[in-house]
This record gives sequence, C-alpha cells and structure tokens, in this order.
Amino acid sequence: MDGEKLTKLLDLMYRIRFFEERTMVLFREGLIVGALHHYIGEEAIAAGACAAAEKHDYVVSTHRGHGHCIAKGADLKRMMAELMGRETGYSRARGGSMHIFSVEEGLLGGNGIVGGGLPIALGSALSGQYRESGQVTLCFFAEGAGARGTFHESLNLAALWKLPVVYICENNLWAATTYINYSLPIENIGDRASAYGIPGKVIDGNDVEEVYKTVDEAIKRAREGNGPTLIECKTYRHYPHCMVIPDTRPQDEVMEWKKKDPIPRFEKRLLEEKVITKTEMGKIKKKVKNMLDEAEEFARKSPLPAVETVEEGLWA
Amino acid sequence: MRELTYLGALNEALREEMERDENVFLIGEDIGSFGGVFGVEKGLWEKFGEKRVRQTPISEDAIVGTAVGAAMTGLRPVAEIMYIDFITCCMDQVVNQAAKLRYMSGGKIKMPLVIRAQGGSGTAEAAQHSQSLEAWFVHTPGLKVVMPATVYDAKGLLKTAIRDDNPVIFLEHRMLYNIKDNVPEGEWTVPFGKAEVKHEGKDITIVATSLMVHKALEAAKELADSISIEVIDPRTLVPLDIDTILKSVKKTSKLLVVHEAPTIAGVGAEIVRQVVENAFDYLDGAPRVLGGRSIPMPYAPILEKACTPQKEGIVKLIKEMM
Repeated sequence: MDGEKLTKLLDLMYRIRFFEERTMVLFREGLIVGALHHYIGEEAIAAGACAAAEKHDYVVSTHRGHGHCIAKGADLKRMMAELMGRETGYSRARGGSMHIFSVEEGLLGGNGIVGGGLPIALGSALSGQYRESGQVTLCFFAEGAGARGTFHESLNLAALWKLPVVYICENNLWAATTYINYSLPIENIGDRASAYGIPGKVIDGNDVEEVYKTVDEAIKRAREGNGPTLIECKTYRHYPHCMVIPDTRPQDEVMEWKKKDPIPRFEKRLLEEKVITKTEMGKIKKKVKNMLDEAEEFARKSPLPAVETVEEGLWA
Repeated sequence: MRELTYLGALNEALREEMERDENVFLIGEDIGSFGGVFGVEKGLWEKFGEKRVRQTPISEDAIVGTAVGAAMTGLRPVAEIMYIDFITCCMDQVVNQAAKLRYMSGGKIKMPLVIRAQGGSGTAEAAQHSQSLEAWFVHTPGLKVVMPATVYDAKGLLKTAIRDDNPVIFLEHRMLYNIKDNVPEGEWTVPFGKAEVKHEGKDITIVATSLMVHKALEAAKELADSISIEVIDPRTLVPLDIDTILKSVKKTSKLLVVHEAPTIAGVGAEIVRQVVENAFDYLDGAPRVLGGRSIPMPYAPILEKACTPQKEGIVKLIKEMM
C-alpha cells in the first residue's frame, strides 16, 4: 500500500474518533439525545473496509454506524445535524444516530434492529447483480447479530445466489452487556463460513491494513461473480454499549484492549516506516478538528424541523 | 369481454408488469417451475427465467429483506409470502424495515415493493394457515394495505401496487382464487383509496372486505324484496376511502361492517370510529361489526365455519338492525 493510501486510512480513523469524541461532549450538553452508540476502538474496521470499496458500492450499517458512514464518505456536517435533530440532517432529523441514510454515498442506513441489516444487504447485493452494475455491498454487523436467524438466512441465500456481498462481523465481544460466551458456542463466527461453502476469515480488527487487504480481496471476489465472503474482525469498543448505560465489563479487560487501540498503533507504524512525520500527523489532526468545529457550528446554526412537516417523508 | 379467474387475473397482472418494466422481479418459495403453490406464478418462470422469477429457500426474512434492499436500490420486487401466517417469521423486515426506512431516511429513499400473500379460512388448514392479519398492517404506519375481492380488482389493484413507490401489503383470499368473472381484454388499473359500491341500496350500508364482499352481496340478494342494501368494498384499507362510506351512511343511516378477521380491534372498529366521528348525527342506531371470533381457527369445517361470518349471520344481523 502506498503512502497516500496509508495516510488516507489514518485520516479516516481520526475523523471517526474525533467525531465520536465530539458527540460525547454534545451529548453531555444535551444537544444530542437518544441512545448514542460509540464506535471508538473499532475505527480500523470501517476505515479499512470502506477504503477498499468504490464510491458506488453499498454499505449496510448497524446501530453503531457512525464510523461506517464517515468512512464511506458521508458529510460530517449533515451527520452532526442529524444527531442534533436539525432539519439539515441526512434524514431531516427523522432518523437520528442509528439511522443515517445517504444513497448518494451508498449508505443504505444504520439499523436499530440487531441483525436487521443482513437481509437488506441481500437485496442491495441482488440489485447490483441484477443490474450488472458491478456494485458490491459491504454488510456490517456485530457478533450479537450472529445469534439471529437473519444471519443464517442471509448467508445461506447469498451463498446460493453468489451475491456480491461482503459480510463484516465486528466482534467486539460484548452485545450490550452480554459477553460473547453467552451467545457463541464456538470460538469464531468466521468459522461458520464453511457451513455455507464460502470463504471465512478471522482477522485482527484493530489492524487497519489487515482489514483493508482482507476486504479488498473479498470485494474483488464478489465483483468477479464468485459470491460472498464472511470476515470476522476481532475488536473492542472502548466505551459502554451506549451513552445511557453504565459499563459492566471487567475494567482490566477494558484496559488491556485500550492498549491495542488501533490508532496509536497505526501512528507508531507510519512513523517508524517514515510514511508520515509527526508534524504531518498533527496537521491532519488539526484539519479534522477544524472540520468538526465546522460541523458542530453548522448543526448548531441549522433550524430545528418544523412540527408541521412531521408527516413529510412517509409516503413517496 | 372474456371470462377470467381471480388467479388468472393475478397471473396476468404479474406478467404484464414484468413485460412493461424489467426492474420488476418476483421472489418467493416454490414460485419457479412449479408456478407457486396456488399457481399464481404459472408460466412466468418459463417466460422470464430465473433472474426475474427467483425461487428461494424457506427463508421469509431473506425474502422480504431482499425485497427491501432491492427496492431501495432501484428495483421493484414482488415478494410472495405463501400464507400470510408465515409473515410472522419476518415481521421485523415488514414492520421495522419496509414500513419505516423511507420515513427514517427523511424521505430520501423509495420503497417500491409489494408483499403478496393469501389468507383467510375455508380450507380446513387450521390455526397456522387460516388467518386474516390485515389489521396488523393497517396499524403500522408506512404500509399500504390492499384486499381485492373481485377478478377485475385483483388484476387492476395488483398492477397499481407494483407501480406504487411505497411498500404494499397485497392480501388475496384463497377461496377467491377460482371465482370467475367477465372482464375486458388488455390492461387496466384500479386506483388506491377508491372504494367501490358493489351493490346500490338505501336502507343499510354494509362495508365488507375480500371474501366477505361476496357474502354481503349474497345477503343483499336474499333480502332484496324487503331491504335495500348498499354494499361497499373499500378495496384498499390504507389508504381508506372513508368519503364513499360516509356518503353511503348519510343516505342509509345504518352501518354494518363485515370482515373475516377477528372483530376485536379490527378494521371494522376503525371504520366505525371514523363514521361515528364524522357522521354521528346521520346514524339511526349503533353501527355494528360482524367479524371473526377471537379464537385460533379450529380444524373441523363445522367449527371453522362457526368462527367466521356467514351469509346467514349477516342476514340475521341486518334484520336485527332494521
């Protein structure tokens, strides 16, 4: 991977991390409401996976979807406006944090139902195949969704029809407060791929380059008409399930995983390999922080939706 | 004019719409070479091939999910749920996804999909194959709900459903599949939100849906010498043409709603609410609803019949109301 690509990955990871940190502040101020699910700690997956995709490819996201949106190229201003309940938000403040849609950027929405996106990804993948557009669907979900029937139905049909879809399981070990041992009787979700006769990969989800390479290969396979791949990315979220529940996880486990934070680790590597200097890194960080200042200001200044428009958008 | 069955009408609607628009495709169980368990898709697989007529495993979530994702990205899927009872296996995709994604996207995406299913009782298939679940969908914002009762409406409404940019639940009744009618050649559509007066009268208004339209018409015929009965078929429950119903009630002063689904919290209750709110002063006596019993459908035909409105019961209730 060339230096420009690596720098782009770092930039994407900063955008996701700083966006999430900013939303935490705004949540505490009461400007963002609802149940905010942060992606901090998992940035390498969205960044690596979406960087391997083309603009016209589709992303089916989850309730923890900000990272996927940002990595796919969503506008931070409109995302922030959506989270702050403004008319200028992606979904005119009808969707909120869990449901950011932008077909222009290939974002087919976050989903408030765990495992709810997997069957929808069948449809966008079929659509790409049907129209022979070459579009691939990246379907994100987490290990909690692996216990849903939709996981089986979707992988089974996608394998049967060789649909151009890449299943990306973000295994962060905890489904809300349920530890993976309560939901997964085997070690790896990725191993289930063999039950559908498709390739299954189990990778370090905190290594952005590994994610990129693995997803890139899966996308190529899908585009060539060879069907789906299941990729399990081992990772961890640094914060509780959402902003409104306490952290019930063992704190030594949290500390251990924070040491594997994908961002400092990638920074260190880029510095060691002289891909980037500290000054350049600082410049990117500053640029991203400025973008977030602008996004916040845009959202703060944007009007709230007019109550009279509440029915708009229901029917086509 | 020519004779056509309700089943044949549905088949024609699918064929014509698939010919008209290559983005229309079918997805469901047993719809390939077999042509669907009731034969609605007969000949379509041979004509359009596997790309357009997609037979799936028994995977309702996958069927509706595929339809949702495909609709969002430019196709016009028509999904078949073999029995409406099986929609319970994919209610997330119907209620949380298909019905809501357009609104949650701020109106950015379109959801042009049709979910067809047949329901109702009459074939002694008992509780898990005999339900009338329309009220669930009427109660879910974001879904259009269609219940054709005649051959003409079956074809015209299905074509309208396929061309609609919103999710449509299209509920057929399997006891109607073999009814025959004289219909025109060629194509026609029936608009949504337009009830039809199936029989004019002046003494009482009966609003009936699906199979019950026919039972209400039989009752009207039987009582024709003594009572003049107006039978209205809303045809689409969402959108509901309350104006036609109100106009009739203002003329007759009496309202009876007949549907096969359980009376409790059903569509009849909703129609009565709207009539009471908008035409209370015109009513001569309490409006009534004759629906199914609140009981899982029993197997024995004699019990099954006892759980749903029959002509005799309609006639009896009309006489009581006069």
